[in-house]
Amino acid sequence: MSETHYVSAAHAKPAGPPSWSALIGEFADVDAVMAAAEKVRDAGYEKWDVHSPLPIHGMDRAMGIRPTILPWIVLTTGLAGLAGGLLLVWWTNAVAMPGVPTVFQGYPYFISGKPLFSLPANIPIIFETTVLCAAFGAVFGMLVLNKLPMLYHPLFRSQRFRRATSDGFFVVIAGDDPRFDARQTAEFLRSLGAVGVEHLET
Amino acid sequence: MTSMTEKSAGLSARVHVKVDNTSDDPRQREELILGDNNFSTITDRVTDLAFRRTPLAWYVAFAISLSLLGLLGVCVIYLLTTGVGVWGNNVPVAWAFDIVNFVFWVGIGHAGTLISAILFLFRQNWRTSINRFAEAMTIFAVMCAGLFPALHVGRPWLAYWLFPIPNQMAMWPQARSPLLWDVFAVSTYATVSMLFWYVGMIPDLATLRDRAKGRVAQVVYGLFALGWNGSSRCWHRFERAYLLLAALATPLVLSVHSVVSFDFAVAQLPGWHTTVFPPYFVAGAVFGGFAMVLTLAVPARQWFGLKEIITMRHLENMCKIMLGTGLIVAYAYGIEFFTAWYSGEHYEQFAFLNRATGPYAWAYGVMVFCNVCAPQLLWFKKCRTNIWVILFCAMCVNVGMWFERFVIIVTSLHRDFVPGSWGMYMPTWVDLGMLAGSFGLFFTLFLLFCRFLPMVAMAEVKTVMPAAHATHGPDRYDYQPDPDPVPPTLPKSH
Repeated sequence: MSETHYVSAAHAKPAGPPSWSALIGEFADVDAVMAAAEKVRDAGYEKWDVHSPLPIHGMDRAMGIRPTILPWIVLTTGLAGLAGGLLLVWWTNAVAMPGVPTVFQGYPYFISGKPLFSLPANIPIIFETTVLCAAFGAVFGMLVLNKLPMLYHPLFRSQRFRRATSDGFFVVIAGDDPRFDARQTAEFLRSLGAVGVEHLET
Repeated sequence: MTSMTEKSAGLSARVHVKVDNTSDDPRQREELILGDNNFSTITDRVTDLAFRRTPLAWYVAFAISLSLLGLLGVCVIYLLTTGVGVWGNNVPVAWAFDIVNFVFWVGIGHAGTLISAILFLFRQNWRTSINRFAEAMTIFAVMCAGLFPALHVGRPWLAYWLFPIPNQMAMWPQARSPLLWDVFAVSTYATVSMLFWYVGMIPDLATLRDRAKGRVAQVVYGLFALGWNGSSRCWHRFERAYLLLAALATPLVLSVHSVVSFDFAVAQLPGWHTTVFPPYFVAGAVFGGFAMVLTLAVPARQWFGLKEIITMRHLENMCKIMLGTGLIVAYAYGIEFFTAWYSGEHYEQFAFLNRATGPYAWAYGVMVFCNVCAPQLLWFKKCRTNIWVILFCAMCVNVGMWFERFVIIVTSLHRDFVPGSWGMYMPTWVDLGMLAGSFGLFFTLFLLFCRFLPMVAMAEVKTVMPAAHATHGPDRYDYQPDPDPVPPTLPKSH
């Protein structure tokens, strides 16, 4: 098997201990990376991740990832959109309260003797605001939980790692993991069947 | 290096190269990606479309689209500087090409959302090959659609009055009006479609970032990829967000064309005041939208070398959906006449009689031929797998669905209750120019998309390839097509 490659950005950090380091193990296919993930999980590592060009079914459980709280965020923003939409149509179309500044004053307007506010006629708008806010919650909630945008990551220094968005499967164990030991962890990754192991530090 | 050789050795073991995946044998699942493709070749094929030298044909197509877009610009400037009188619509036909085009373009968008959201919820894996450009089509179609009502308000510089913005006049939009529902429905639809499209594209933009050679391309794709690095912890939340967006977009897309149909159905006009409109409009939108997807997909797979990714099975499936929704539309055409007759309402009966036999009978005939007769060819498998027949049917439906909206809007308005207020409608050159110009806008945007963005959802296509599924592990049983009888293993406790 291939030996560990050490890549360090000499021009970035001339001296002192590396501020960030990680071991990158490349695996041949989905099967191999899945089996490796289960072993890394069982070995008790905490700060590690699997990088792949596609979501792998079963990887959540193989890695022991707990379900995300995203659905609750979406429920919350959706309910906020519902309440906001309801408030909007009711206030702007059915209420004229003295003392309110003109810009926020409602505009009650009688049409064909219909009630100023009735739920059925207002459902379409309330529905749309609910969906809109829930969708914002889903997208921005996902980005925030994933800590995106994060345009730079030390992993991008690795030439090998570029294949993580094309056809490469990687297990990355971060240097600040309590069980991390550059030599032993590299050996461990190789024993799991990594076809290449790279030690990256900046 | 070892990894490369091992990979290619493993993959060349699957030597069989299938060319026909249209079998209907339910005992086996057909492969969705043909040829000797693997993850690397999928990446190569799709990213190559963005990085290769621009082909001459693209410049030719772009020049044609851009000149049509220029025509749109000229028409819009003429309209703005002169007034909406340059259009042919006038009382009694106060809504004409502007609203016809609006409904036509909004309807086209629906197929994209159906493919990206509804087929996703139904686990129709074949959607992965076509969803990206179908979603792009949705967004560009909604842009074309939004143009027309914005100009039809007469003073587009005051179009922001459509939105509830606090103002010194204490004037608010009327929330009980279907026209305001439309504002909310279409703008929400445009926003959510855009989010859905962009979120789905983030991993593919990262692929382009990592494959780009030039500095500018790296930086620009890198900015839009937001730093995506394929982390499984990110994929987990990404997939959940995608599922939630699909679940939100599904009722949304059904609501949008329902709300558009309320613009008509809530009015009291004979020919419009019909409860069948919401489902009829939604089915028609999907019908017309799939015709547009096919119109784009058939040449695109040919010109961009995507025949192994967008296979005949994909086209056949789309034809089946087009046939199904076309039958719903045909049924609606029939039931409208039945209801008019059964209601015993003279005005209603006249509206439909006039539709089929009046001065616009030719438009009705075009509609029936294109939407009801032509798609019946798709009952036959020989037709569904022949790209010329598919293109013929799709073009018929494109034309037919435009005429459907023309028939509904113009024939109902031009002869309503009092014969003294009847009239005829003729489009002016500005009407025709704007219709042609909206196609220019649509194709200009679409060509730019094909040139610079990932046309196929690479990450999603990779998930439906056999190599994407581990042959062991907790979710092994999730994947059915693999024929070897490995019993499902229960998830380990952790």
